[in-house]
Amino acid sequence: MSGLSPRAALALALLILLLLALPLAANSYLVSVAVVALFAAYFGQAWNIMTGFAGQLSLGHALYVGLGAYAAAALFTHWGVSPWLGMVAGMAVAGLAGAFIAALSFRFRVGGVYFALLTIAFAEFTRILFDHFPWVGSTEGLFLPVKNLDHDDPLHLSGSPAMFYYLLLALTLALLALSHHLLNRRAGYYWQAIREDEEAARALGIDVFRYKVAAMALSAALTALGGGFLAFYDKNLYPDTSFAIGRSIDIITAPIIGGLGTLIGPILGAFVLTGLGETMTWATDAFGIIGLKQFAYGAALLAIVVFQPAGLWPWLKRLARLDAPAPRR
Amino acid sequence: MLVSIIGTVVQGLLSGMVYGLMALGLSVIFGVVRVVNFAHGEMMVLAMYTAYIMNTATGLDPLLALPLVTLALFALGYGLQRGLINRFIARPDNQQFLLLLAIATILTASLLIGFGPDARNVQVDYAYNSFELGPLLLDEVRVIAALGSLVAVAALWAFFRFTRTGKSIRACADNQIGAAVVGLDVKRLYALTFGVGAACVGAAGCLMLLLVDVQPYVASDYTLLAFIIVILGGLGSMPGAMLGGILVGVAEALSARFIEPSFKSAISFALLILVLLVRPQGLLGRA
Amino acid sequence: MSASILEVNGLSKRFRGLQAVDDVSFAVPRGGIVALIGPNGAGKTTTFNLIAGAIPPDAGRVRLDGVDITGFRADRACHAGIARTFQLVKPFGALSVLENVVVGALKATAHMPTARRAALDLLERLGLAEKASLPAASLTLPERKRLETARALATRPKILLLDEVMSGLRPTEIDAMVATFAVLVRESGLSILLTEHVMRAVMALSHHIVVLHHGQKICEGTPEVVARDPQVLECYLGHTPH
Repeated sequence: MSGLSPRAALALALLILLLLALPLAANSYLVSVAVVALFAAYFGQAWNIMTGFAGQLSLGHALYVGLGAYAAAALFTHWGVSPWLGMVAGMAVAGLAGAFIAALSFRFRVGGVYFALLTIAFAEFTRILFDHFPWVGSTEGLFLPVKNLDHDDPLHLSGSPAMFYYLLLALTLALLALSHHLLNRRAGYYWQAIREDEEAARALGIDVFRYKVAAMALSAALTALGGGFLAFYDKNLYPDTSFAIGRSIDIITAPIIGGLGTLIGPILGAFVLTGLGETMTWATDAFGIIGLKQFAYGAALLAIVVFQPAGLWPWLKRLARLDAPAPRR
Repeated sequence: MLVSIIGTVVQGLLSGMVYGLMALGLSVIFGVVRVVNFAHGEMMVLAMYTAYIMNTATGLDPLLALPLVTLALFALGYGLQRGLINRFIARPDNQQFLLLLAIATILTASLLIGFGPDARNVQVDYAYNSFELGPLLLDEVRVIAALGSLVAVAALWAFFRFTRTGKSIRACADNQIGAAVVGLDVKRLYALTFGVGAACVGAAGCLMLLLVDVQPYVASDYTLLAFIIVILGGLGSMPGAMLGGILVGVAEALSARFIEPSFKSAISFALLILVLLVRPQGLLGRA
Repeated sequence: MSASILEVNGLSKRFRGLQAVDDVSFAVPRGGIVALIGPNGAGKTTTFNLIAGAIPPDAGRVRLDGVDITGFRADRACHAGIARTFQLVKPFGALSVLENVVVGALKATAHMPTARRAALDLLERLGLAEKASLPAASLTLPERKRLETARALATRPKILLLDEVMSGLRPTEIDAMVATFAVLVRESGLSILLTEHVMRAVMALSHHIVVLHHGQKICEGTPEVVARDPQVLECYLGHTPH
């Protein structure tokens, strides 16, 4: 778990180099596609902490995206608060919300599918709430004041797709590093133990309740951070998209396809899915048929669940024999 | 004022019966096969579109199309379970869930591709008629839909109570291993059960089309609604599903009338959260 | 400091209509090995679960090293010094053999290198060192039992509760396990409470035996005494220890 084999480390380094060079070589459209992929990778990785590591299925993660997005956006729009501070506020709100939902659920012994339904219910409830929340624009939406500058302004999160690309790349890599770090420490081991067998975990002295709540709170806060970035990238927010169940499902699709519970899985899945999605979007425009992208996503998910439930990454690793004699991850 | 409230409650009750029929399908599926059918709403929408096509193509009233749609959905459910879901019975819960999520996504996408995102509806001759019941004015379509649901539920009850297959299915639900031991073909029974559950949805879809529009995006709303009703009423309880349906129907009608139409789902979700925390076995479920 | 590491007094538990455990009392001396035996349904596993914190008792007291741990939930009981294995083994399948044991070791220390070293050491003792990097799901049943034991021992318990750990093992495997435990107890002063059906292991390992029947203690004493007790022989109906 702690080390990558020399071949894998080299592959990763090459990949990072490629990613860094991308905006220099690609056109604006490709960069914006890459940004979409990075968002998917980031959200998927943040969700992966709760569901992949700790094994608690959350289907309402859009809640935290929305909370993070709205917190940062509203504070900036109404009170001119710096986006970076606003994101911290968003993280705090989302973290508390996640902790609350988890604590409530697990305190009442709601687990498994019921817990997943509960997370959906909370997200949907919040969506409807925000639909009637005038301070953030209700259903008409919240629009960020945008100054059309010709230069990048990272301090105010305003700028070109390339700027967002690098910020997001840094964010995703930082999350990757954090996840890797956590996996190799007690928290990571305990989460996985809980995922594998709660009763056995308890018998080894693990406070299952506390660790589950912590996983949810962390996952929620990290998701909200991404939500803040999303708000400033999109520059407009609507409750019916921010908190939508469709968004929750989009969030989970990439990590499942890439490999639930692995480090690279969410990122791999995000790029594969985005590539697929963009192809489908092109096809939709070319043939005028709506729904192709969704069909492709559904088919991809079906294929993975039926044939390679562990995801693409474990499968690719077996093929390329990148796993060292050390424990697989 | 009181008349207004009672009127709203009755309207909600009538719609609630159709909800109940839809949720009944979910209860049957989960009660026996123990699979969480996350594609339930999608099947409902599929049924509605099927009735819609029949109506546009042949002018057939959804009520008359009902037997055909029910049969079609039965075949779909049977085929899905037999061909795909049966392989997942032994796999972890999460994987089953994701399988059905994938199926749901594909169904919605197919409907989107086939029909586009716009809402469609069916206009029957009696769409604007109403009955007078004392001081109350009841929509004829709603009364017919509710009656249709009652007939369907009665048929279902009779099926489980009196037919051999129905009794075998109940045996399977109570004791899967025991059922296999006495020679029941469990896989076939599972497929039949899923088919029966889907058939409920087929019937409910036709009835629902009399009341509302259909579009691909409402599928997940129906899925959630079905789950709320089933959890509220109690998993595995047929009267519970109907009771839950009626409660949700009434709650929605009241909140739409007196608070705000867009709030009606919020009430349902609040109910779900409450039930899951306070009494997860539901009102009529076994503890 | 009392001579007993574990004291059970008047432990009782009722499930709906059945009194599963009825006023059971016994003690495990420091460095001792005590076996809980009895026919199926005698209440052995329930007693185990009551001590280990998997279920709360209706009445009675459990004292570990002088500290009252009655009704402690499983994780708290572990921190107090109880470690247990499960009748149906529960490995963390997706984790490696080493990682499984590290999870246990992390209870005693948060320092990863220390935990890993302790885990490796235990794997050596239980003959699983070669399989350290393999996924736990790939182990055979006897290996899984050894893994479960290693994992429990990694928590550095005061007493190890073994729940029918010999079941499903062949005679040679049983003898190997018995030898391992005997060595562990001798070298580290570990105390063991075990429930067993396999008389071969019980007779070879235990210093003291407690016999349960219908939830009640009907006899206790050394293996020789228990083997001759008429009540014990009767409740086993012709079962002869070998």
